[in-house]
Amino acid sequence: MKERLEELRNEALEKVEKAENIKELQDVRVSYLGKKGPITEVLRGMGKLPAEERPVIGQLANDVRESIARAIEDKQTELEKEALEQRLREETIDVTLPGRPNQVGGPHLLTKLIQEIEDLFIGMGFEVAEGPEVETDYYNFEALNLPKGHPARDMQDSFYITEEILMRTHTSPVQARTMEKHEGKGPVKIICPGKVYRRDTDDATHSHQFTQIEGLFVDKNVRMSDLKGVLNTFAKKMFGEDREIRLRPSFFPFTEPSVEMDISCKICRGEGCSVCKGTGWIEILGAGMVHPNVLRMAGFDPDVYNGFAFGMGPERIAMLKYGIDDIRHFYINDVRFLKQFHQA
Amino acid sequence: MLVSINWLKQYIDLDDITPEELAEKITKSGIEVDSAEPIVDQIKNVVVGYVKSCEKHPNADKLNLCQVDVGDEELQIICGAPNVQAGQKVAVAKPGARLPGGMKIKKAKLRGVESQGMICSLQELGIDDKFVQKEFSDGIFVFADDVEVGEDAIERLNLNDTILELELTPNRSDCLSMIGVAYEVAAILGKDIKLPEVAIDYVDDAATDHVQVRVETPELNPYYGAFIIRNIQVGPSPLWMQNRLIAAGIRPINNVVDITNYVLLEYGQPLHAFDYDRFGSKEVVVRTAEKDEKIQTLDDVERTLSEDHLVITNGKEPVAIAGVMGGADSEVNDETTTVLLEAAYFDSLSVRKAAKDHQLRSEASIRFEKGVDPNRVKEAGLRACQLLEQYAGGEVLSGVAEFNGLDVTEEVVTFTSDQINRVLGTEIKADEMEDIITKLRFSCERDGNQFKVTVPTRRGDISIVEDMVEEIARIFGYDNLPYTLPEGAGQAGRLTEKQQLKRKIHQYLQGSGLNESWTYSLTTEERSGLLVSPEVREQEPVPVQLAMPMSESHSHLRLSLLPELLASLQYNIARKQNDLALYEMGSICINHDKTVTKQPAEQLRLSGALTGLWMNHPWQQEKKPVDFYVVKGILEGLFEFVQINGVQFEAGEVDGIHPGRCAVIKVKGDTIGFLGQLHPALQEEYDLKDTYVFDLNLDKMYEYIEKEERYQPIPRYPSISQDLAFVVDEQVPSSNLLQAIKDAGGSYLQKVEVFDVYQGEHMEEGKKSIAYSLLFQNPEATLTDEEVDQAREEIIQTVKEKFNAQLRG
Repeated sequence: MKERLEELRNEALEKVEKAENIKELQDVRVSYLGKKGPITEVLRGMGKLPAEERPVIGQLANDVRESIARAIEDKQTELEKEALEQRLREETIDVTLPGRPNQVGGPHLLTKLIQEIEDLFIGMGFEVAEGPEVETDYYNFEALNLPKGHPARDMQDSFYITEEILMRTHTSPVQARTMEKHEGKGPVKIICPGKVYRRDTDDATHSHQFTQIEGLFVDKNVRMSDLKGVLNTFAKKMFGEDREIRLRPSFFPFTEPSVEMDISCKICRGEGCSVCKGTGWIEILGAGMVHPNVLRMAGFDPDVYNGFAFGMGPERIAMLKYGIDDIRHFYINDVRFLKQFHQA
Repeated sequence: MLVSINWLKQYIDLDDITPEELAEKITKSGIEVDSAEPIVDQIKNVVVGYVKSCEKHPNADKLNLCQVDVGDEELQIICGAPNVQAGQKVAVAKPGARLPGGMKIKKAKLRGVESQGMICSLQELGIDDKFVQKEFSDGIFVFADDVEVGEDAIERLNLNDTILELELTPNRSDCLSMIGVAYEVAAILGKDIKLPEVAIDYVDDAATDHVQVRVETPELNPYYGAFIIRNIQVGPSPLWMQNRLIAAGIRPINNVVDITNYVLLEYGQPLHAFDYDRFGSKEVVVRTAEKDEKIQTLDDVERTLSEDHLVITNGKEPVAIAGVMGGADSEVNDETTTVLLEAAYFDSLSVRKAAKDHQLRSEASIRFEKGVDPNRVKEAGLRACQLLEQYAGGEVLSGVAEFNGLDVTEEVVTFTSDQINRVLGTEIKADEMEDIITKLRFSCERDGNQFKVTVPTRRGDISIVEDMVEEIARIFGYDNLPYTLPEGAGQAGRLTEKQQLKRKIHQYLQGSGLNESWTYSLTTEERSGLLVSPEVREQEPVPVQLAMPMSESHSHLRLSLLPELLASLQYNIARKQNDLALYEMGSICINHDKTVTKQPAEQLRLSGALTGLWMNHPWQQEKKPVDFYVVKGILEGLFEFVQINGVQFEAGEVDGIHPGRCAVIKVKGDTIGFLGQLHPALQEEYDLKDTYVFDLNLDKMYEYIEKEERYQPIPRYPSISQDLAFVVDEQVPSSNLLQAIKDAGGSYLQKVEVFDVYQGEHMEEGKKSIAYSLLFQNPEATLTDEEVDQAREEIIQTVKEKFNAQLRG
């Protein structure tokens, strides 16, 4: 009997070893460990054995059972692992194939730039003010110290609708309107972005429609050095900490003194190159101290209040910043242009 | 304004500064120097030579063999110019010379004969053809006799000059004169200035005995002076004067004309020389022209005048358009012997109008338009008299026939140094301010820090303290201004709610795959009234038209952003970009009257246009063209994103939109825009395939935003879902059915969604089946089957009554 059990053990272990799948393994389990299996049968014949041998044989039979069961269990784990590996192998995909495209749109470069500038000035305590694009002659010109007959308000240069109504030629009327709303009490601290219109023939550098961002700060004791400081902060944040600014005297009817602000050329770092036309500087914006006539007309007492104002052209800034060669790109909406500025 | 450095040196010592350094300083102190360039490039080794002999070249008919004395040697030069002759003094480029354009002169053999250099034309020396006098235009230049053989021709011809191009702002017309520039440069450099000394040897005969002046319009012509110079010999002006005119961009003509131009450049005061004998009378009468009065100007054009134009007349007919151009009849010519010289002050607006009407903007009219210095009008006339005496053999009659009503008072500005420092944020000492004012050559009385400054009339741009702030600041130097930030209480800046909304919408639409676009606000008349949203249309707006458009394509203000947005689609498709999703945020202009009488209202709109494939994923066989529901989904998402609830899409009609695929969008019954497929006819007009558009009123959307955000507890009890399919007439809008289901479903019905729509086989003709999935939930307890069944029965009954809807088994 002992021999028989050992024989069965070897036979079973061999079959377990040979099993190629779970099913075959199950068959081994049923045929050797089942109630009708050979080990059970051996145990059933134990009654014929002498009493002192029975425990020995019983023990052995249990050992055989257990070792077979353990072998089956081990084999099962092994087979399951193989099966999983097999499945994973079969499920492998080509991860280099393109994904299902998600539609991605983006901002227009002007919007992007204007928001960037808005955010810079909001950070310095400015608010964003807006106003109508179809303006009255009064707000567009007269309130800005450009009385009738002034050369800078030639009919030829503006899109008039009637004698008193026109397409605004700059966003400065928003300044006049906002100041009026403050009823002579400061501070007024705004920037005014928006579309403006001039009688220009469209070509690579001219556009009958373009944008402007103007800024205004009116308070008691505003200094020109404040203007310089604010513009310097703006220029460094917008164009890079390594850029320098300089102010040059200029002329605008609505400011006195008037200046133009240049920034040092990024390409040549002030050495002079084709981008800055050899000067080392690039003109970025016009600015100045608000003319007392402008303050007076908007209801502010120029003996108590003063202020500074500045104005810049986002198209020009974009063209400089990105090397864009034709202003018409901003209004034609060629998607091959639009899609270049998607990164936030 | 073109400024010759060599000329400027006559008034001011510039030996210790290079033209480039000077340009930089001028720019930084107020006047932008556009360029500082040598008058000609890289020229060297050109001298004055004397043509001793000139014979025909033995082997070439058109060439001459010249023996030329250049001082230290004699050169044999072959010259092809037709005007070369023995006895001339000419400009010779010696071997080793360099001419503009990079040409190097070497000894060479021409048809077997050696040539040791080149006799030059002015063009070869780098002078623009337009400045070359006729007699030299087709040949070499010939010097007058006053030059020395062997001397440097480059210097003689002023080819070693540097020209500064000043970009003058309108307020700095004082620098439209060399003397004005000299004042400016003297102030910047802190140097002395030498002005020309005017001394005339008058003949003993009074000008007033030969001419009278009468001005009928003193407000337009407050000063008119007439000088008489006789025994004039018209001929070429001296070379130095010609050189200076050329440097300033003016072509030399003859001594009389050149002298008036020279004084114009020197003093900034335009002058006009009439031929006294052909003036037509002995009386100058200044008046406005009569309507349709004619004058033949000296460019030989007959011009028709109007009452707006000021004219100089001889008492009978116009002889000049004041400040703009003289008449042909009294023009100075070679036979002129007596000159009537006009030095006058004309009103700037009047000159501007005349110059514009006749398209005759000239050096003269520009200066009158900007305003000349009232104190220099007569002085400039005298300077011209002096030059006519010196360089045209003229005899100047004593005195001047004049009308003088000119205001020559100087502005006085008073201020304290503290006042200036407060505005600038500086601490400039009063002494330093006084020094700056002295450099500017303004007279100044000072008492401690109190200043009283008298501004010379040449600086007509200065009249208030702020103007003095600028003068002091620019000479002090803006570079020396400190950087400060505004003092006082800090103020928080932020976007308004509406501005934030706009940004949110941009963010959403861009994230949904749309590209932001900007189109022109001005469009064609036809497009201005196209695709107008119903709630705008019902206001019966009239498109606003420009009074003087530049082209038909930008003549009207738009009532919808869509027509130009569609043009952008068309532009892209023509360039093979077929899958497009564009949107724009912009204003339209709503005017109700045929003629605009008041400022029209503006309204912010949000519009989009989509065409082509919405999704394209070929290798997994997924391709989806844009359709109505793609765009509707985008808008539904938008309303959810910005929190506008209760938006309804109702079938509607909009001109230019497919009548069966058009939804009017409403909130609480109020129309806020529309959505639809472009009408096939319009699609064809724009060369577009199926295109879907939307147009929303952003101002109205803003009103319907639910600004309050509130927390809703997350449900703790399970929900129950149910599906119901109904068969109804195909005309029944699914949203009506859905609304009825919602209304009938009771308070536990949380959500209803369409999950299937079917029409066709196994379905009765004219009927459709719509399947809804319903979600019930009781936030406070577990729902019972009875509760759900009851609601379900209620729904079935209601839709049966309302729409004759049959439950589909």
